[in-house]
Amino acid sequence: MKQSLKAQLRDTKMLTKDPLLFSMVLLIFVSLILFILYPLIKVALVAFSDENGFTFKNFREAFGFWYYRKALFNSLVMASLTAIIGSIVGFIFAYALTRAKIPGKKFFNLIATIPIISPPFIGALAIIMLFGRNGFVSSTILRLPDANIYGFKGLLLAQVITFFPVAYITMRGVLESISPTLEDAAMDLGGNRFKIFYKVTLPLAIPGLASSMLVLFVESLADFGNPMILAGSEYPILSVQAFLEITGMYNLGKGAALAFILLIPSLSAYVIQKYYVSKKQYITVTGKPTDSSNSVVSPAARNILFVVAIFFSIIIILIYASILYGAVATSWGNNSTPTLDHFRYVFRVGFESVKDTIIIAGVSTPISGILGMIIAFLVVRKRFIGKRFIEVTSMLSFAVPGTVVGIGYILAFNSAPLYLTGTLAILLLNFIFRYIPVGIQGGIAVLQQIDPSIEEAAIDLGADSNTTFRKITLPLMVPAFFSGLIFAFVRGMTAISAAIFLVSAKWNFMTVQIMSQVESGRIGAAAAFSVILVAIILVAMIIIKTILRLKYQTTTSLLSN
Amino acid sequence: MSVKLVNITKVFGDHDNVSKEFTAVDNVNIEIYEGEMVTFLGPSGCGKTTTLRVISGFEQQTHGDVYIDGELVNDIPANKRNTSMVFQSYAIFPHLSVAGNIGFGLELKGIKKAEIKKQVDEIMDIMGLQSLGKRRPSQLSGGQQQRVALARAIVNKPRVLLFDEPLSNLDAKLRDTMRTEIRRIQKKFGITSIYVTHDQLEAMTVSDRIMVMDKGIIQQIGTPFEIYSRPDNYFVADFIGRANFFPTTISHVSKEGCACDLFGPSFIFPSFHSSLKAKDKAVVVIRPEGLEIVKEDDSKGLLSGVITQAVYLGSTMEYEIEIKDHDKPIIAISHNPVKEGMYHEGDTVRVSFGPISAHVIRG
Repeated sequence: MKQSLKAQLRDTKMLTKDPLLFSMVLLIFVSLILFILYPLIKVALVAFSDENGFTFKNFREAFGFWYYRKALFNSLVMASLTAIIGSIVGFIFAYALTRAKIPGKKFFNLIATIPIISPPFIGALAIIMLFGRNGFVSSTILRLPDANIYGFKGLLLAQVITFFPVAYITMRGVLESISPTLEDAAMDLGGNRFKIFYKVTLPLAIPGLASSMLVLFVESLADFGNPMILAGSEYPILSVQAFLEITGMYNLGKGAALAFILLIPSLSAYVIQKYYVSKKQYITVTGKPTDSSNSVVSPAARNILFVVAIFFSIIIILIYASILYGAVATSWGNNSTPTLDHFRYVFRVGFESVKDTIIIAGVSTPISGILGMIIAFLVVRKRFIGKRFIEVTSMLSFAVPGTVVGIGYILAFNSAPLYLTGTLAILLLNFIFRYIPVGIQGGIAVLQQIDPSIEEAAIDLGADSNTTFRKITLPLMVPAFFSGLIFAFVRGMTAISAAIFLVSAKWNFMTVQIMSQVESGRIGAAAAFSVILVAIILVAMIIIKTILRLKYQTTTSLLSN
Repeated sequence: MSVKLVNITKVFGDHDNVSKEFTAVDNVNIEIYEGEMVTFLGPSGCGKTTTLRVISGFEQQTHGDVYIDGELVNDIPANKRNTSMVFQSYAIFPHLSVAGNIGFGLELKGIKKAEIKKQVDEIMDIMGLQSLGKRRPSQLSGGQQQRVALARAIVNKPRVLLFDEPLSNLDAKLRDTMRTEIRRIQKKFGITSIYVTHDQLEAMTVSDRIMVMDKGIIQQIGTPFEIYSRPDNYFVADFIGRANFFPTTISHVSKEGCACDLFGPSFIFPSFHSSLKAKDKAVVVIRPEGLEIVKEDDSKGLLSGVITQAVYLGSTMEYEIEIKDHDKPIIAISHNPVKEGMYHEGDTVRVSFGPISAHVIRG
């Protein structure tokens, strides 16, 4: 132990010889503590105290109330079901696309990744438009009187649609890394197709499936947009109740207590995923994925997969079609005469929020990306005391529900010296630190592929670590940087759970605007807003991809990472 | 420029677990003289690369001192040591052109563009890289990449040139060419060089001296001749080339060497490095080419045996011969099979050796 401490001190001593690197590490340390840890600690502090100091009162009061106990129960049930169903649907899509030679692979891939680039509650909005009281399917086609999609089933559908693409992308990666030669070998040894799937493919995919379920569990638990729109008062959800407690009742203590309880299952699932399940994954190939020579999927099974994929594709197409259509229909469900009124309304009422959103996402995304690259570099390539701390803290945002972060920020930054409430800064800081994990992950992945001796060669030729990073490492990380940028931009543009706490009259956010349009029943305006939002994202993606193609001769697929 | 290592020890540790500590380099002392090419040779994991990385500054030694040109460099970071390394993976910057790679170090020194171009062109000429300056590294063959790596290292006029298994990624034929090429360039510029390899033939071809290492410890330092013909111990004799080992006991020691029994009669074998005394356990080392095979009835032969394997290799012939009372078959190489006559598997032969072709080490 003494020896190891000495070794750490020695590494740190080496670091101090490089003043720029040292100050960078210090700066990152301080900002991670201030903008990630401190707000969370603040949530805990407020949850466990009242004017007299330490207390469990907030928890007793909150969970003494049956409604909040039900909210907790509902949230956990909903997250578990979303995790299971979403992962299964994702797996089916991934299996159908990587193993069964179904027609229209590109089309299905596109369909399964579209929900990722749209605000998470578009599904909820469209589900109301399709299955609600005036819904296209429920009312116009089936002529059901008083269809009620609010509550359990509507929310489950919305969350599965919103989150299965995450499972699809994870599972596609896993299945592609399982060499088809293993299945060929199994077939060669006399296994039938069912046995091959059951004894070879599935066991190899299980760690990936478990990992995907845990990720979906965390995401579903943290989801705010869908339950805000769809849960309704009959089916309370914890993240929404925490929000209402704070912004509706101004009860910070109780809101913090709810947020704290929300944090526990999220963090546990994240820790299990990251430090246990993800280490169990099998890696069976060393080269590029190869095509299977045999078809391991029987024609009957292939047809079933095809039908399931078509079914979900129809739902997704319906969702986007209804959003598009809703944006131009005079009154959804009643009068479908095309009109541009909703867009006019958006530009009259909400133009500011469009501008604000672009500024906030446009400024925070590159900063977050660069910071992410730097942290990735430090974590992969350097040795110093507290490296583990930086690694763990900076990735924490993946696990912490936005609602908790939002509450943490308003609790932490509403008094001097850091009085930031209502400013642009608080929104920027929130977005920068919320999306650094995206950059870090991309950066780490690419750094692990860059031979360390390339950087050593630069140092050997006389470059200090700053020059090495600037002239060698950074240029090699550029493609990863940009693809991380797209991803962070999309997440930033479509985020709501934390932003909704931090917006003000001066700085508003599109997603929050869409939400308030939905709440006041202006479905058309909400749809028009959503169309504009997705359009901005698409334009940004095209710009970044063009830069990459022209300047760096590389293409990057957002949707493949 | 000389390099001096004094009591260099490197312990790799798990930061959280002392029991996982591992001594990669154990008390290494060597001085490499100006203009000399010294090879660190040993099996993988013997500490040779770690020692090299300590000299370059990429690893910080746990104990000991590194001197370059008489200057203590322990606290000088890698980028200020003015050593240049040629990496196993070449470590060519993939986003820079060939000329950009070679000129990288000069550019860092703030040298004027025109001067950089002149020096880069010059070194590219010497290295046979003419007209490749604008190429991307991905457009180069393995051999060309190797030359770029070498040119990039040399153009900075480093105090010491370090080679980390530079040829291990090349095919056999190219390896032969590059080996001589490296030696030629090193001699031409007279740069003090340290070369790490696990390939003994490579070590023999390029080095002035060889330092053989095993398990972090120096086994022997010497010229290629000394290492091959007078190995200090069993490890060196076994690692460098092939050898036959005959365990024995020393009966007495004299000026001429050590007297010991070998399959009956007593011989006097030379001994070079060991402090052997009478009654010590010892091993007689004889290289395969030191043995001569003669016909069964030839009185010159000392040991009688049966050939169990005969392999014809063109210029040489290799035999494995089973000898009574000796557990391992002995290996003999005939360098002129046509003239000396060929034997076949199953032939009974006699084997002879002159005491000069053998020597004794500690058993």
